[in-house]
Amino acid sequence: MYKYDAIDRQLVNERVEQFRDQVRRWKAGELSDDEFRPLRLQNGLYIQRHAPMFRIAVPYGMMNSARMRKLASISQKYDRGYGHFTTRHNLQLNWPKIEDVPDILAELAEVEMHAIQTSGNCLRNITTDQFAGVAADEIIDPRPLAEILRQWTTFHPEFAFLPRKFKIAISGTKDDRAVTWFHDIGLHLQQRNGEVGFRVIVGGGLGRTPIRGEVVREFLPWQHILTYCEAILRVYNRQGRRDNAFKARIKILVQALGIEAFTKLVEEEWAQTKDGPATITQAEFDRIAAHFAPPAYEKLDEPELPFEKSFKNWADRSIHPHKVPGYAAVTLSLKKHGVAPGDISAEQMLAVADLADQYSFGELRVSHEQNIILADVKKSDLYEVWQKAKAAGLATPNIGLLTAMICCPGGDFCDLANAKSIPIANAIQARFDDLDYLFDIGEIDLNISGCMNACGHHHVGHIGVLGVDKNEAEFYQVTLGGRQGNDARLGKVIGPSFAAEEMPDVVDKIIKVYLEHRHADERFLDTFDRIGLDPFKNRVYEGRAHGKAKAAQPEAA
Amino acid sequence: MAQLIKNRTATLDTWKTLEIVEDETPENVELPTGDVIFPLAVWQARKAEIISCHKRIGLLIDSNERIEDVADDLEYFVVIAVNFPKFVDGRGYSTAALLRQRYHYQGEVRAVGDVLHDQLFYMQRVGFDSYALKDGKDVVYALQKGFTTFGETYQAATDQPQPYFRRRA
Ligand code: HEM
Ligand code: SF4
Repeated sequence: MYKYDAIDRQLVNERVEQFRDQVRRWKAGELSDDEFRPLRLQNGLYIQRHAPMFRIAVPYGMMNSARMRKLASISQKYDRGYGHFTTRHNLQLNWPKIEDVPDILAELAEVEMHAIQTSGNCLRNITTDQFAGVAADEIIDPRPLAEILRQWTTFHPEFAFLPRKFKIAISGTKDDRAVTWFHDIGLHLQQRNGEVGFRVIVGGGLGRTPIRGEVVREFLPWQHILTYCEAILRVYNRQGRRDNAFKARIKILVQALGIEAFTKLVEEEWAQTKDGPATITQAEFDRIAAHFAPPAYEKLDEPELPFEKSFKNWADRSIHPHKVPGYAAVTLSLKKHGVAPGDISAEQMLAVADLADQYSFGELRVSHEQNIILADVKKSDLYEVWQKAKAAGLATPNIGLLTAMICCPGGDFCDLANAKSIPIANAIQARFDDLDYLFDIGEIDLNISGCMNACGHHHVGHIGVLGVDKNEAEFYQVTLGGRQGNDARLGKVIGPSFAAEEMPDVVDKIIKVYLEHRHADERFLDTFDRIGLDPFKNRVYEGRAHGKAKAAQPEAA
Repeated sequence: MAQLIKNRTATLDTWKTLEIVEDETPENVELPTGDVIFPLAVWQARKAEIISCHKRIGLLIDSNERIEDVADDLEYFVVIAVNFPKFVDGRGYSTAALLRQRYHYQGEVRAVGDVLHDQLFYMQRVGFDSYALKDGKDVVYALQKGFTTFGETYQAATDQPQPYFRRRA
């Protein structure tokens, strides 16, 4: 994992002092609320429903046990003893005091963490694949370039006040696991004639106008990634709309200009800076890459795994193939039924840190599916890991299954929400609490957002649930067939929205249609692609005027 | 009156900025004498006239205006004032960066408008060298703290064309 040098450390420390001073001036009335807002946002501090909400960066998802222990102690000392892992490699605290945030930042800096640019209209945290560096299907480890990009984004002077937030994701595998088609910039590492480079995608995004990104460049040699990103950002900074926050993302600009015209602007801009000093040197790449050298793996045989059913169930769901024989990447589920998806208690953070130290070289990852990964576990240790994880409530065998849903904080915490999302997640988990049934249903992504901002990625869920507001009442719109990955696409709306109490039944009916229609070995998505939306729609709205909501509800927003 | 910081000291502003008020247009507005900063539209409409009667000329470019449009005229300007209508409107950073990095403009590049303490560091990095700090803000404190927030930087920019990784020992 990347270790700070003197300069990295100096910069985060200076950031802490800068923010401490900003808070002081705000309290003293020297900074107005409007002047303070972007400053606190760029330090991860939102003001939300009950309290400020504080977002801590986990750059490209990499963590270690010391950092996790620090997060545990911060959550106990300054908050209510838990945190929430988001879909963008961040940890959110829901109840800190603004006045404490400078001290929290100072404590984070001790373990090389920060909240820099985790919010606000700036270059955000870079995200990637949670199995980076260990995945069996990896072409190139994206982490060194992610770190180089992290440094480049940090306090970039020209792009601190963009029209809107800007999110970059990198993937280095055949199967994209970083939702790269739905980021402002998505980068696919690839190899061409022995040369390493990126496919550069721009203008993807979820939110109220979900758009799949488009390719601006099929192949960009890696050395040029900073100058090329600067060209994209400069075009966006100057031409992106600033008159309407809902139309300010780069995706709107790309759509308005068309990808050809946009590409032309970027290429013209890039022609001026190409090969300039910001071109990455081999020496710099090597220096950073050395931080991600493989740990001291042992030469191991593939062990025979115990045949205990509940262990096997867990292992089937939680283990990801590793490129080194005898090792596995293990996903610890933060999707225990009845708990807010992505939430983790301080005790669990400590348990996770211990597991990392004992079984995975002290390192950890967080995934955009809001789980935690031990990336380098010996297969012969899996049984022990499982028992300890189980004791800590981290071994729900539901990874990839219906109840491991992605879910945003929703109306319980978020001011922008139309509807609550956590209670819906919990109600669905309660309905599908039978493990055998859950396993029989198989792989399925259910994603829930409390409003069209789409923090819960509902558009790309196989089943997507979106909170909508109907005359001040909370309703939910359902989409089917969305997906992430190489073939990423948006789900289709099934019809009028449903009341909260209907949702478990609705999901149950959707699942039943799948089970009745599926061919052997078909996953939910395969069946959906074969039979289409109608059979699901007919079942869900059975007994109602076709395609109409139950009562004479006003139409969904 | 905004308070001018130039070369890291508080200075008296000797320039006046031409404002176009109601009923005036770039074509008919009266051109004042002395050191004047002219809005881009006035410059474009009255270039010959301005050159003939002004020795020292300034240009005001707003956040939605393109520096490319006057790229051939830059030698006429002693100062180019880049307006920030709101401090969160970050277009002026690119304008300044282009002026310095692409057009190698050597004159004064001044930040005007909603110019606040907490943006000075970034402004200095992209190439501003004078700042009309917004009224009511503490100039002394800005001079003391605003330009030295960070002791090092990662990226290449106008003030430091070499990114940190090329300057490592
Ligand atoms: C409660 C505090 C939060 C607020 C106020 C908030 C606000 C927003 C807003 C306004 C958008 C829409 C941006 C746009 O369309 O331009 C958005 C998008 C998004 N947020 Fe949040 N969010 C919050 C929490 C979260 C959490 C907890 C997560 C992760 C679970 C998250 C992840 C995302 C993602 C992935 C997107 C959509 C992708 C995109 O940017 O296109 N946010 N958020
Ligand atoms: S999707 Fe809406 S409700 Fe959920 S966290 Fe984002 S803004 Fe809040």
